[in-house]
Amino acid sequence: MKKVKVLILRTAGTNCDWETQSAFELCGAAVERVHINTLIEKKDKIFEYDILAFPGGFSYGDDIASGKILSNEIKSKLGDKVRKYALDGKPIIGICNGFQVLVKMGLLPDVKLFKQVSTLSYNDSNKFECRWVYLKTEKKIGNESCCIWAKNLPDVISLPVAHGEGKFIPNNEKLLDNLNKNNQIVFRYSSKEGNEPEYPLAPNGSAEQIAGICNIKGNILGLMPHPERYIFGLQHPAKKSFNGKYGWGKVIFQNAVDFVGR
Amino acid sequence: MKYTADCKVIEVLNLSDEQLIELSKKNVLSLSLEEMKAVQSYFKKLKRNPSDVEIETIAQTWSEHCKHKTLTGIIEYTEEREGEKTKKTYNNLLKETIFKATVELNKKWCLSVFKDNAGIIEFDLENGVAFKVETHNHPSALEPYGGSATGIGGVIRDILGVGLGAKPLANTDVFCFGDFGIEASKIPEGVHHPKRIMKGVVSGVRDYGNRMGIPTVNGAICFDDGYTANPLVYCGTMGIIPKDKIYKEVKPGDLILVVGGKTGRDGIHGATFSSVELDKESDVSAVQIGNPIIEKKVLDTMIKARDLNLYRAVTDCGAGGLSSAVGELGSKTGAVVYLDKVPLKYDGLRPWEIWISEAQERMVFAVPPEHKEEIIEVFEKENVEAVCIGEFTNEGKLTLLYNGEVVTSVDMEFLHEGVPKPVKRAVYKMKEEKIQEPVKMNSSEISISLKALLADLNVCSREWIVRQYDHEVQGQTIIKPLQGNNIEISGPGDAAVIFPYTVVKDTKRGIVLSNGLNPQYGKINPYKMAASAIEEALRNAVAVGADIRRISLLDNFCWGNPNDPEILGSLVCAAKACYKISKAFDIPFISGKDSLHNEYSIDGKKYSIPSALLISAMGVIENVENTITMPLKNDGNKIFVLGLTRNELGGSVFAKIKNICSGIVPDVYPKESKNVMEKIYQAVSENLIESCHDCSEGGIAVAVSEMAFSAGKGVKIDIDAVKTSYVLKGKEEIREEMTPAEILFSESNGRFVVEVKSDNEEKFGKIFKGTAFSEIGCVSNDKEVIFESKKNKVKIQEDFKVLLNSWRSTINW
Repeated sequence: MKKVKVLILRTAGTNCDWETQSAFELCGAAVERVHINTLIEKKDKIFEYDILAFPGGFSYGDDIASGKILSNEIKSKLGDKVRKYALDGKPIIGICNGFQVLVKMGLLPDVKLFKQVSTLSYNDSNKFECRWVYLKTEKKIGNESCCIWAKNLPDVISLPVAHGEGKFIPNNEKLLDNLNKNNQIVFRYSSKEGNEPEYPLAPNGSAEQIAGICNIKGNILGLMPHPERYIFGLQHPAKKSFNGKYGWGKVIFQNAVDFVGR
Repeated sequence: MKYTADCKVIEVLNLSDEQLIELSKKNVLSLSLEEMKAVQSYFKKLKRNPSDVEIETIAQTWSEHCKHKTLTGIIEYTEEREGEKTKKTYNNLLKETIFKATVELNKKWCLSVFKDNAGIIEFDLENGVAFKVETHNHPSALEPYGGSATGIGGVIRDILGVGLGAKPLANTDVFCFGDFGIEASKIPEGVHHPKRIMKGVVSGVRDYGNRMGIPTVNGAICFDDGYTANPLVYCGTMGIIPKDKIYKEVKPGDLILVVGGKTGRDGIHGATFSSVELDKESDVSAVQIGNPIIEKKVLDTMIKARDLNLYRAVTDCGAGGLSSAVGELGSKTGAVVYLDKVPLKYDGLRPWEIWISEAQERMVFAVPPEHKEEIIEVFEKENVEAVCIGEFTNEGKLTLLYNGEVVTSVDMEFLHEGVPKPVKRAVYKMKEEKIQEPVKMNSSEISISLKALLADLNVCSREWIVRQYDHEVQGQTIIKPLQGNNIEISGPGDAAVIFPYTVVKDTKRGIVLSNGLNPQYGKINPYKMAASAIEEALRNAVAVGADIRRISLLDNFCWGNPNDPEILGSLVCAAKACYKISKAFDIPFISGKDSLHNEYSIDGKKYSIPSALLISAMGVIENVENTITMPLKNDGNKIFVLGLTRNELGGSVFAKIKNICSGIVPDVYPKESKNVMEKIYQAVSENLIESCHDCSEGGIAVAVSEMAFSAGKGVKIDIDAVKTSYVLKGKEEIREEMTPAEILFSESNGRFVVEVKSDNEEKFGKIFKGTAFSEIGCVSNDKEVIFESKKNKVKIQEDFKVLLNSWRSTINW
């Protein structure tokens, strides 16, 4: 079988590219970490890949605002290509800084609109924090998430977060209603039992505890927590695992690889 | 030789001794009279005066910071113990103590020690791991944020600049601050408040480390009023390097390529300034300005260039800037540099400023001419500036040109070997340690003390700091700085373990990082401080499952003014302990660094810091699955103390909060403790230990409490079951029955608290047969932490949440 090909887009200040590569590789994909300059030079290269990933980090130092400069760069230099890629229904993931980029570029929550309508702003605690949190997987249809990345997960999983600007804020109430109505909210921060959390389990003060969202079609996922940091049970603070070895983050990457391979 | 308008001739040939000293002081050269005279006589031979560039080059190269003159110089040492005086002359203290132990131990797995920017040990057949810890004290005192950020940035470049470049995997940070509760009116003039220093330093490490994508995984903080004017900031980085990239060699004809940041006027005189005492006039322009994203780009691209074999050598631009970097790489060959080709941040820099500026994020490469275009392309493709500024020669001379004019022409040999060896006097007089009056306390007094200890600055939670660091980026931090049984609660881990699976595919191995530091002991007994710091670093590593046969050490001496014989004497005494303990544990040092002159002057009076020896340990773990954490695991499991508890309260946190002035400082009993450490490794390998925590500040009581509250569990401990022993004073044995408080709070080294399943008790007992260990209690299903001595009718009982809150509430901003 042909290997599923993943493009991890990196630039100055990207720093979760190696572990994101390892996560996809563990799921059987062939991965390339590509610098944005290379992609700008050869714009159609993007279509050689089955999955596109925007990894975590501090792109361009998060100067101005987190992910802002990179999102502008992509939009102005690669906008058409990325939009087409997204509309083709190919899986795209943005993790942490990658989520910030997707939101600020406007690829999330609505690809067709392709305009920034929400933001990720400073945590309520007003500082960068690295900790593990519980996430409730929203399941709206047939006891499964609408997002291709979030299938086969239990109701509550745990993943680490590490960010200073992770508070999700939509432009208006209507957008929030639409996200709910269209089943675009993929993960919410929660208590261990899946209930409303309190700080620090509610790490940033996001609207409705939103930790991750997808587009209506479900092929694009953006989330603040780091699934690539929990692909092995060993990475969990109390070494919790499934099948004796893996972490729940692996399932997220596996879902996309399997989706393409199917 | 003609000089341009931009370059001044400095008159030295006809100066008197006083004038030479005056010149050294005025230009922040930090050179002694003897050194100035050596400069004078060299230029007398050349029959000309030096240029300002030459004088500055010599000053940077000969600085304490770059040359470690004190530790490698001549020291006449006198030691006085119980009225007996012994004398010894050291021709090179480092070579005769710390380095000597490494040479004698001669470990095959030590791949590169004491010669490159970091020490390297073997990781597996293909890879080595490099570790370096640096200090950035003076800059952090003046400008805490910039000082600590460039501290971490600098030590990362040490790892990029070791061999042909290692990939950084983890950072460590250790700080010494003044007590942040101090009133502003009591702060000396020109000094920042400790809280401001602490917040600035933490933010600096956070912003630089997080942006570099390197997890900060291990550290410590020590609070003491002695660090109010001179905070200490230690930054460490560990990286991984293929074995075939460990050696570098410059060949004549290689081009000198400067890569990364541009050169500006920041950080002028950083190297020499670190040898000057601070006062209210100290110049902030000596502090560098950092930009982590530039350094991250350099890291990304240089690893690529390394794997394409495009260069023959690399080193970082640290203290002394280009002067040190090019000087170091070209010391055996010679070099020509065109200063006008160096990319500048802005116009107006004079040639000597370009040459010695410590502007950040720069690396210097030796590139074979045939690879010039290819390597520049690798860098430029990712927007990293790379410029050829000269070449290495075979003439043994350092030649600098500026706009076609020669501004420097000196012999490399004079630069690197010409510094006269200073002779310093050192005196150490051993202080008498007396056992304290028996500490008799009732149950509620002990309870109050336990909570006070948990809340003490030197014990309390560092969560406020640790969580601001992305300690899990790269996804490889499998033993974390904060550990809990579920994600809501946590306690302090003993050491961190990195599992480098993203770099070394299919590996099972890991790298353990830990540290030991206790300046309080040093105030009474520097020998025991050094011995304890080594033992503590080892103990911390062993507590997470490390094998002491695969551990290496780094030393970092932060001391006061070495010209004071007593201060230098305590340093010699500590260095002697390093040799002895390293040999006794069969554990080598692989690198180190010293920062002397940590003193501040107020109204002409000088205050030196409490001497601080930081020991950092790095080890290789055979199988990361055999690692353990400190929270208790299951109700009903048995709790043991391994090692003996002695009446050692000297320098302890308990002694401090109870104002007990006497007491014996904890000693190290290498044979006893090495034996315990080896057996723990065996027991961990056989999966016989559920959790393990080292006993350090606050003793058994604090260790057990931390294990309980990080698990959300209760414990029942029988104080009477703890095995105690006598202490040695000189050759005498002091036997004394210990009181419950003394047993609970003694800080004797060599002890661990471990949790064992009932089913495994027999096997566990067999392994530890012949060592001192005792079963002291069990994990209970209620939430109460109970310590009881029936013999003394003492019972302490606290809800784990109460103890957790005491521990958490002190630093919580």
